[in-house]
Amino acid sequence: MNILGLYNYWIVVILILIGFYIVIAHENLIKKLVGLTIFQTAVFFFYISVGKIKGATAPILNDSLQVYSNPLPHCLILTAIVVGISTTALGLALVVRIQEAYGSIEEHELHAQDNNDQLESQLEAYGTRKQFNIMKRT
Amino acid sequence: MTAHYPVLQVIVPLLAAPFCLVLRIPRLVAIFAILVSATAFLISTALLQQVLSHGIVIYELGGWAAPWGIEYRIDQLNGYLLVLISGISTVVLIAAQSSIGRELPENRHTFFYTAYLLCLTGLLGILVTGDAFNLFVFLEIASLSSYILIALGTDRRALTASYQYLIMGTIGATFIIIGVGLMYMMTGTLNMHDLSQRLPEIYKSRTVLCAFGFFIVGVCLKLALFPLHLWLPNAYAYAPSIATAFLAATSTKVAVYVLIRFIFSIFGINFVITSLPLSEIFLVLALAGIFAASISAIYQLNIKRLFAYSSIAQIGYMILGLAIGTQLGLTATLLHLFNHALMKGALFLAIGAVVYRINSSQLHHYAGLGKKMPWTMSAIVVGGLSLIGVPLTVGFVSKWYLVTALLDKGWWPVAVLVLLSSLLAVVYVWRIVEWIYFTPPRIILTDIQEAPLSQLIPIWLLVLANLYFGVDTRLTVGVSKLAAQSLFGVTL
Repeated sequence: MNILGLYNYWIVVILILIGFYIVIAHENLIKKLVGLTIFQTAVFFFYISVGKIKGATAPILNDSLQVYSNPLPHCLILTAIVVGISTTALGLALVVRIQEAYGSIEEHELHAQDNNDQLESQLEAYGTRKQFNIMKRT
Repeated sequence: MTAHYPVLQVIVPLLAAPFCLVLRIPRLVAIFAILVSATAFLISTALLQQVLSHGIVIYELGGWAAPWGIEYRIDQLNGYLLVLISGISTVVLIAAQSSIGRELPENRHTFFYTAYLLCLTGLLGILVTGDAFNLFVFLEIASLSSYILIALGTDRRALTASYQYLIMGTIGATFIIIGVGLMYMMTGTLNMHDLSQRLPEIYKSRTVLCAFGFFIVGVCLKLALFPLHLWLPNAYAYAPSIATAFLAATSTKVAVYVLIRFIFSIFGINFVITSLPLSEIFLVLALAGIFAASISAIYQLNIKRLFAYSSIAQIGYMILGLAIGTQLGLTATLLHLFNHALMKGALFLAIGAVVYRINSSQLHHYAGLGKKMPWTMSAIVVGGLSLIGVPLTVGFVSKWYLVTALLDKGWWPVAVLVLLSSLLAVVYVWRIVEWIYFTPPRIILTDIQEAPLSQLIPIWLLVLANLYFGVDTRLTVGVSKLAAQSLFGVTL
């Protein structure tokens, strides 16, 4: 097996893992989006390198050119880039709204506020203060 | 004109969506959206008829022949689902005007309908397309617009729910393109029909196995299979009621369709069973999902969240049908796909009607509403009975076929578990009934009236469909059987 010769795939795999790790590990919503973008971009690299042939040119019909790279994956990635940008834009817009509504974009603070809301509605549903305290402890 | 039906199906709502922004006046936009959706419904009915009488309909986009151009391909399976999705969408839209009018500020109505029609475009596109990459594009159209639909909810938790769904959904979609990319790398084609013919030669390749793995995990994220379901409960709970009714009835169903399409038509069931223990994985995850989600449903305070968990459990039943891996099992899955869309459509619309009146989806606010809103509440009860699987409802039909398929395969312990899990459904449906009919009201109910007719009609349309298809199963069972047969008999 030619491990070094496949270096393009190694780069892709490493970038995917970095992106994925950031999405999972970071608390900050914007950092999560950064991770997501790295993750998506790594996949774009993968498609582009699949279509590339060493020493080949763009697919232009000309007698002097013999070997062409496959343009299809490149076109596909143009579409995927558009999708990726719209996802990031929508994500960032949501983060702005979350900041306005919660006053924070740290995940644990959002969870804390949500849990508080949840406890309040439990209190309202089941009444007594005693039960509320029990629920709070668990 | 008839020749162009497959593409019109997608283009009509796609072009109508930006047109909504031009129209601007909420009332006009609402009527316009209903018309568009009804057009899609009529086209899809015509298409299904065409498929049933003449066989597969193939449409070449822009006149480019299949392996190079994008091909739309409609057979019994997606013809049947097209009718379902566009039908449900139309019924839900009829209720939309009043419900959205109450739940959203007026300046957001137009955006709601635009996102709704785009979502419909995406879902119909996923169903008709015969091209693997095109499927990804439509999937993202549907997903992006559903993030918007969810974020439109008035509770601030709708925003975090939408964000969470965006992260999970994008990871799922990216996994899907990794899978498609690997398939393309090995076969040099993106056309589903071509893929199904070229893949068998290279079944031994590890890359193909890898492609399949990525694809399946990606789709399972989208359809909220048990350990990947975390985005779903909050998304359904805090979205506007109409959006919840639409998404719950359609979007996960379409993801199940994608799964079926790739497992049966493209990779072929033999490859799936022999090369991977997929059947066992699905069996375990489906059962775990059914139980975990049904038990969580019992403890929910928010009725939308309760039914969201129940949706996850119902998806478990569909995946269970796939895990059986026989024609009967697939028939059960397809039937449940249809039936569950009817149940959840009716239930979430009925909840939407209650939210319209009391502006809350907390279960304890429903106390005593049984007398105030008898029609809406009885719709919730019938929908609940259908979820349990009581005879004369559609839920019974799909459970019957599922259990028959399980017994036929010889998996009787699983059949027993399925029946036991129905008891959990009894518990959570009973909790609702208890709050509605047997608990004194917690809030002042004097000026609460029955829901307006514009909401009762769509609700009862779906409830009656629940009962009708529970008795007269010729259409649903007939088409499901045909579709299952064609998926098992000949590859696409």
